[in-house]
Amino acid sequence: MTEAAPPRSALSNSLRTGPDARGHFGAFGGRYVAETLMPLILDLEREYRAAQADPAFRAEFEHLLEHYVGRPSPLWHAERLTAHLGGAKIYLKREDLNHTGAHKINNCIGQILLAKRMGKTRIIAETGAGQHGVATATVAALFGLPCTIFMGAVDVARQQPNVFRMKLLGAEVVAVESGAKTLKDAMNEALRHWVANVHDTFYIIGTVAGPHPYPELVRDFQSVIGEEAKAQILKAEGRLPDMLIAPVGGGSNAIGLFHPFLDDAEVEIVGVEAAGEGLDRKHAASLAGGRPGILHGNKTYLLQDEDGQITEAHSISAGLDYPGIGPEHAWLHDIGRVRYEPVTDAEALASFQKLTKLEGIIPALESAHAIAAAERIAPTLGKDKIIIVNLSGRGDKDIFTVADALGVAL
Amino acid sequence: MTRFASAFSKGSALVTFITAGDGDTLANLDALVAGGADVIELGMPFTDPMADGPAIQAANLRALGKGTTTADIFAIAAAFRSRHPQVPLVLMGYANPMTIRGPEWFAAECAKAGVDGVICVDIPSEEDAELGPALRAAGVAPIRLATPTTDAARLPDVLNGAGGFLYYVSVAGITGLQQAAQASIEDAVARLKAATDLPVVVGFGVRTPEQAAQIAKVADGVVVGSALVEIIAAHGDAAPPHVEAFARTLADAIHGAKENAA
Repeated sequence: MTEAAPPRSALSNSLRTGPDARGHFGAFGGRYVAETLMPLILDLEREYRAAQADPAFRAEFEHLLEHYVGRPSPLWHAERLTAHLGGAKIYLKREDLNHTGAHKINNCIGQILLAKRMGKTRIIAETGAGQHGVATATVAALFGLPCTIFMGAVDVARQQPNVFRMKLLGAEVVAVESGAKTLKDAMNEALRHWVANVHDTFYIIGTVAGPHPYPELVRDFQSVIGEEAKAQILKAEGRLPDMLIAPVGGGSNAIGLFHPFLDDAEVEIVGVEAAGEGLDRKHAASLAGGRPGILHGNKTYLLQDEDGQITEAHSISAGLDYPGIGPEHAWLHDIGRVRYEPVTDAEALASFQKLTKLEGIIPALESAHAIAAAERIAPTLGKDKIIIVNLSGRGDKDIFTVADALGVAL
Repeated sequence: MTRFASAFSKGSALVTFITAGDGDTLANLDALVAGGADVIELGMPFTDPMADGPAIQAANLRALGKGTTTADIFAIAAAFRSRHPQVPLVLMGYANPMTIRGPEWFAAECAKAGVDGVICVDIPSEEDAELGPALRAAGVAPIRLATPTTDAARLPDVLNGAGGFLYYVSVAGITGLQQAAQASIEDAVARLKAATDLPVVVGFGVRTPEQAAQIAKVADGVVVGSALVEIIAAHGDAAPPHVEAFARTLADAIHGAKENAA
């Protein structure tokens, strides 16, 4: 949102002009929703176009990012990690230092401004681990709007600190008992609630998925990450990086870092999928282990069986524990602009500890997946090469999970 | 005359929904026809039924829990067609199971099994290319949904390429919960009938013969789903006689309403 994308007609060779007018990124994306919701998402698209053209909207967004979220987030040269790996120079984009501890808040600020513009008086959201739920409850508190967060009952039980945070922020947390009682079921329930309350309710989707225009607008709000990183690396090094690495669940932090660099052909881009216990066992790698299908309003790669029934994802990182991926990532995968690599629970767990000890930064388990990929790749590159890794969130929320995985009783 | 035309030619029709693979499905379908159902909607179970309320969500899970596959659903459809050559059969469900092997495959299977129409909850007219052309080419009617949020500007798009009948979702919400006010249903049906020659049927939240009779005075058909699914949940494999008895009370109310109105 801080840098207007080039006009659609001006740069036919640009990879930054998607989606098309119907919300498609190549064969992916679209608007696969019930008829009840169609008029509403068409309204949302109209209002978003108006907001994009309104300098006051952008000014308010930027004001909140600077003074409330604490942007720009630093680009940290991780010297000890770089020396330890003995290859490419590694920079960390410190999204963990944002208010609420992750990139999620960037998008929530943008969407609640849209909600206000549309005159909506209630906010709903889905959450898995609770990070998006906390970020949504935070902006709802800031704007004084009532807020309901849908969270799978299984996640409610294992993420009590975040449930309590949301309640402190004034949100109502609904434990979803349907299906497998995790993130995708929370999203189903949020959609059910939305369909019954379309007139006054704004649904703040937490990632670059869902029906058009959500994947586009979430990407635009998150692109501040890549825009800042570009300016920061040019200032620090006088040139663009050789590689970007970011973790991908739905993929909002990743697309936020990647998008401003998509047309810079010299920058190699790597997305990291959660391989869980391994691709031949339980995992959450929709690109490596799934195939195209339709769920939650968009067409994308999904974990599913031969009849198109959605299968359960698994990752040690709750934020990556989703059986799909944003449609723009599906397209970038198919055209080969971004390479997606799997990282397992065990690798992420090792990198979580390594980064903490070497840099004094406790990364979110999501971000630890990207660190693990950097550990794999950096030693194969020369010391003159530069990698930017998106440290999408802080790991305080994960200490119980990590302790449990390491067999430590707290 | 198509099976749809025939079913809607006698006045207001009873349209019944149950989920494939939940309970003794074939016996329940026989019971519905015996009880007076004019059109059958057979739900295709899906892991993520986003438009459904608790009753049909649970039916989806029961069916999938028993290992119901797409092949099983088409086998049920084909068996129904051979037992009931004249009763229109509609498959209702979600986009992913319908399109995963390609729309042409799905449309051909529908035609082969004697399925007359398909309702796909999450393919609005904007995404018709996903399934609509294949269905029309195979002679299977793509049945569209109109809702309280479908305004006059949008309605022509919804009707473009539609077949079979128009399904009016009478509440902005999910299946099986609240019921719309009769006055709002009457206004909506009048508006829709002015815009299309397709029969207009009304569903979502219709649970009793009394409600059905009221709606049948103005609509070409009334859909009852969750209330039937709850009977199957309560009685399991012993459900057929209960299903038949309830269908009969609905059919009497709906078929009687048109006579009273006439």
